[in-house]
Amino acid sequence: MNASAMNLSAKMLSPADVLAIKERHPAAFERSLVKRFSVVLCVAVVALYAVYVSWFFAIGKVVSEGNWDIAGTYLADWVSYEVRPDIDFRTGEIVVEFPKFSPLGSNPDPEWITTKSGTVTVKEKSNDDMTQSKPVSSGSFMAPDASSGGAELSFMAPSSTATNMGSNEASSKARDSNLVSTQKEGINQAEIVFSKTAQIIVTPSVVTLVNGAESVVLDVDPLDETVEARGALPEWALQKREGEKIFVNYGFAGRAEVRAKEVKIMRRFFGWENFFFDTNSHYWGKPFSEVASLAISGERIFEGRSNVSLMLDNFLNNAEWQHGDVYIKLLQTIVMAFVGTLFAVVIAFPLSFVAARNITPNRFLNQIFKRFFDFLRSVDMLIWALFFTRAFGPGPLAGISAIFFTDTGTFGKLYSEALENIDDKQREGVRSVGASPAAVQRFGVVPQVLPVFASQALYFWESNTRSATIIGAVGAGGIGLKLWEAMRTNQDWENVFYMVILILIVIFVFDSASNALRSRLIGKQQS
Amino acid sequence: MLTTQPNNPALHIDAEGNYDLDSHFKQLRSQKRLYTFIGLAVLGAALFFSLWFANETNSGKFLDRLPHLFDFVGDMVPRDGWEVWRALFDLPSPYFDGSLQYNYPEGRVYITQNIYVPEYIYKMVETLNIAILSTLIGFIFGFLLCFLAASNLTTKRWLRFTVRRILEVLRAFPEIVIAGFFLAIFSLGPIPAIIAVSIHTIGALGKMFFEVVENADMKPDEGLRAAGGNWIERVWFGIVPQILPNFLSYALLRLEINVRASTILGAVGAGGIGEVLRLSISRGHEAKTLAIILILFSTIVCVDQLSAYLRKRIVGNQAFEFGA
Repeated sequence: MNASAMNLSAKMLSPADVLAIKERHPAAFERSLVKRFSVVLCVAVVALYAVYVSWFFAIGKVVSEGNWDIAGTYLADWVSYEVRPDIDFRTGEIVVEFPKFSPLGSNPDPEWITTKSGTVTVKEKSNDDMTQSKPVSSGSFMAPDASSGGAELSFMAPSSTATNMGSNEASSKARDSNLVSTQKEGINQAEIVFSKTAQIIVTPSVVTLVNGAESVVLDVDPLDETVEARGALPEWALQKREGEKIFVNYGFAGRAEVRAKEVKIMRRFFGWENFFFDTNSHYWGKPFSEVASLAISGERIFEGRSNVSLMLDNFLNNAEWQHGDVYIKLLQTIVMAFVGTLFAVVIAFPLSFVAARNITPNRFLNQIFKRFFDFLRSVDMLIWALFFTRAFGPGPLAGISAIFFTDTGTFGKLYSEALENIDDKQREGVRSVGASPAAVQRFGVVPQVLPVFASQALYFWESNTRSATIIGAVGAGGIGLKLWEAMRTNQDWENVFYMVILILIVIFVFDSASNALRSRLIGKQQS
Repeated sequence: MLTTQPNNPALHIDAEGNYDLDSHFKQLRSQKRLYTFIGLAVLGAALFFSLWFANETNSGKFLDRLPHLFDFVGDMVPRDGWEVWRALFDLPSPYFDGSLQYNYPEGRVYITQNIYVPEYIYKMVETLNIAILSTLIGFIFGFLLCFLAASNLTTKRWLRFTVRRILEVLRAFPEIVIAGFFLAIFSLGPIPAIIAVSIHTIGALGKMFFEVVENADMKPDEGLRAAGGNWIERVWFGIVPQILPNFLSYALLRLEINVRASTILGAVGAGGIGEVLRLSISRGHEAKTLAIILILFSTIVCVDQLSAYLRKRIVGNQAFEFGA
């Protein structure tokens, strides 16, 4: 070991040797200035360009102004859903209301909302006092709907009505005198459970927010329209202006808005709601075993119609998820890519023989066709898509045509280049036995290029499936438009995710199929 | 090996024990013809179904709409030949009637009091910048990731597997969804397009890059390893010099694709020339549409030609072999 190390050092160059080599080959040691600093130069150019584009696009400003809070909500929407009941207490009695199209169906009674009944005092304005009580409430400082114009009127023109000058105390007395209070049985408390440690307890005058060890009590006054916290608000609750609604954030479990007359609950649940059957379906809310037994052996729900066909119909016409429509649109996208690519191959194949200069010895024709291919390719797929949407109306025909036109150009170019690189010996061989020109092409050229052609076609088939998704968004049919519409509403991110998963599956399947076929056609080394 | 068992039709051996070439050839030929026929029949059936389906689900039927195929040509005839140039350079039009259609100077982007950039040229620059920036971002991240995905440089299977799956997802995730998501955050503008195209480019370039790295000559790497170079030194001095030309060639090819991609994303709201093109076509502004198509077409031709020229210089004719 030691000896070999010694040996090695003995073979090492002395400084004199190095100088000698330098003298013999100066070029190897002194590279040009550009080469020596090429890395630094590249980094500098890229940095300069980065500065330029960040100025050009005002990247800093846009990113800082981005609505980042909402990004989290949107992302959560991909895999979860919200149920949004309103806890209304404006009359003094608590009413739990669900929106019309709640994911919980038409008559929900979720276990995370518990109510207690007792005696409630319902205050109602007597009809003849309505006109008088209205200006009083607008005179209140905290009324959120009192515009500055209204406030100006009541303070700058004190002579207009005597009652407007009243202090808060006076107005509340006047208001009480205008109200008719009745005692009756009703719900006087509602508790909304967000998690084991987070709840909201609502009574007609007090809302208590609990989050772990912290809790805060809010006084709500439906008539004064004020919300006030007893003590400082914790970090997870936010009041933008004093006396107005308070935003409560329980993280993923949900959010709430405490208003003067109601509490808006947005309770979030993991998963995709009503994915198989919507709330109008007979199968909605039934466990899987029951659905299965209904399908196999159950009594018919409708006379003269099998349960399975009803189930399929309910599934495909699910109002929230629109499975049927999504599948049709997805199939359109696939069809667009398939037909567009196939037609492009069929047309480009013969044309490329004319464009290849070793097959058609006519420079003029070669150039005409090559420029024609360039034209088809350079007029963007977007332009073709927009034009054919105008011609055929929105739908897959426009998409097919757009892909067909663009890819005829691409295939024409690729195929004619492949033809120009073929081995001439086979053609000569076929020609030498006296074959006709057509037979020369058929047996001397086609066997060489066919695997390459097919392989390229398969590659583009897969990549066109991707393109077809995008051009769909401008109206050329397919799932693109549906995706785009779902995104534009900012409500249906779970549908977007569903479609994305379907697209990813299709692309992965096509990718593997195209790769498998291609490696069979032209050998494993191509991927 | 052929066994000489007599009278075996499966091996084409006749009663005398001789191999019958002719019947074997005929059988193989008819078998091949059958497969070709079945393949074509399946393809034809799929095509027929596809066409029927596309026609059924289209909003207008093919034959009904065919006479309208060239309607857009009529929509694109300008009132005179100079209108296109006026629209392109934002010069006032003699047909100006207060409407947006002939109000070309309105879109001028002033740099100083008197010097302006015509709207469509500015938009084209915007789209080009989207494409260049996202190619750059894709190149940088693809470059960093590809060595981790190459089997000759990364021996840890799990790392290679993870990086490859990440690249695949980045590549396959629909650009339009990324753009739509960031449009919701940033509101309208080119940044969502940059993010969307960049993410796709990272995946696409990363995949091509690691295939190049796997085909690299490992002798320099061995030399560096013998001299005690660490992993980064081995990659930087042993691999990068030989693969950089191919990387640049692929990046240029990506740039061509990205110019088109950012145009399309523009049309769905992400700024640039695509957006003005869609608006102009839907509003029927013939001269503006022609001007935009003119500038878009010539830009794409220029970018393609420039990229082809540079690729030829960088890697020679290999740049045009299939797979690029």
